[in-house]
Amino acid sequence: MARSQDLEVQEKKELVSKEEKTVPSRYYMPNTDIYETDDALTVVMEIPGVQKKDMDIHIENDVLRVEGRVDFGNYEGMEPLYTEYNVGHFARAFTLSSKIDQQQITAKVEDGVLTLTLKKAREAMPRRITVS
Amino acid sequence: MAVLFTDPIDWISQFQQALDNFRTSGWLGSSPSGSGGYPPLNVFRKGDDLVLIAELPGIRKSDLQIQVKGNTVRITGRKGIEYGDNAALHRRERSAGGFDRAISLPVELDADNVKAEYRDGILALYLPRAERDKPRTIQIG
Repeated sequence: MARSQDLEVQEKKELVSKEEKTVPSRYYMPNTDIYETDDALTVVMEIPGVQKKDMDIHIENDVLRVEGRVDFGNYEGMEPLYTEYNVGHFARAFTLSSKIDQQQITAKVEDGVLTLTLKKAREAMPRRITVS
Repeated sequence: MAVLFTDPIDWISQFQQALDNFRTSGWLGSSPSGSGGYPPLNVFRKGDDLVLIAELPGIRKSDLQIQVKGNTVRITGRKGIEYGDNAALHRRERSAGGFDRAISLPVELDADNVKAEYRDGILALYLPRAERDKPRTIQIG
């Protein structure tokens, strides 16, 4: 696929959630790529401004929840003059198929991008059957 | 308008409100303020100086170039996304490509003393005002 064109601005989407937060600050939906290989499902999320220690990832009832908190302390003493985007925490949840081995999930944060590798459960891996 | 944050709980929502308010600010005026749309930028004032912040997740430091001249800042770079072989895509929301953005600020900058920081996908440029552009106090004789 040819994709050498210029990057376009993607407006940040505010998170619409069934549950409300107790603090009335805004949350945004991180842009996410999800792809599958033979042995794993990989979830890649853009969470600019979130440090490793402010990431919260957990799985409960086959729902993967990711929350990343931005450190607003960095903005102390700054007076906005001209703005094109808003800043907020990130949160998003996905329902997983039960084919995931919940014990084998790895997470990595680099340059504002979270990469989650969810290994498939053994029984879900494709098996090659040789004809004897 | 100074944004004063007194209540720590309210702090964030007030700050977010302020960021929204300045989206319609005419601070850059009607002058041609630059070219390119990506990345979106926020400009803040900190003391005498300006701070320009952009969200650039997933870009390697080595793929990012910054130029400052006079009152213009130019940010160019390229963002690459790799999925690896044999990957079946389920969801694709991130995008890749090149970008070239220039923005002209209404103050003269001290290009030699600009500091750039790229951390956790956020680019912050500390732009000191040129000495000759700083306001001077005039004594009334």
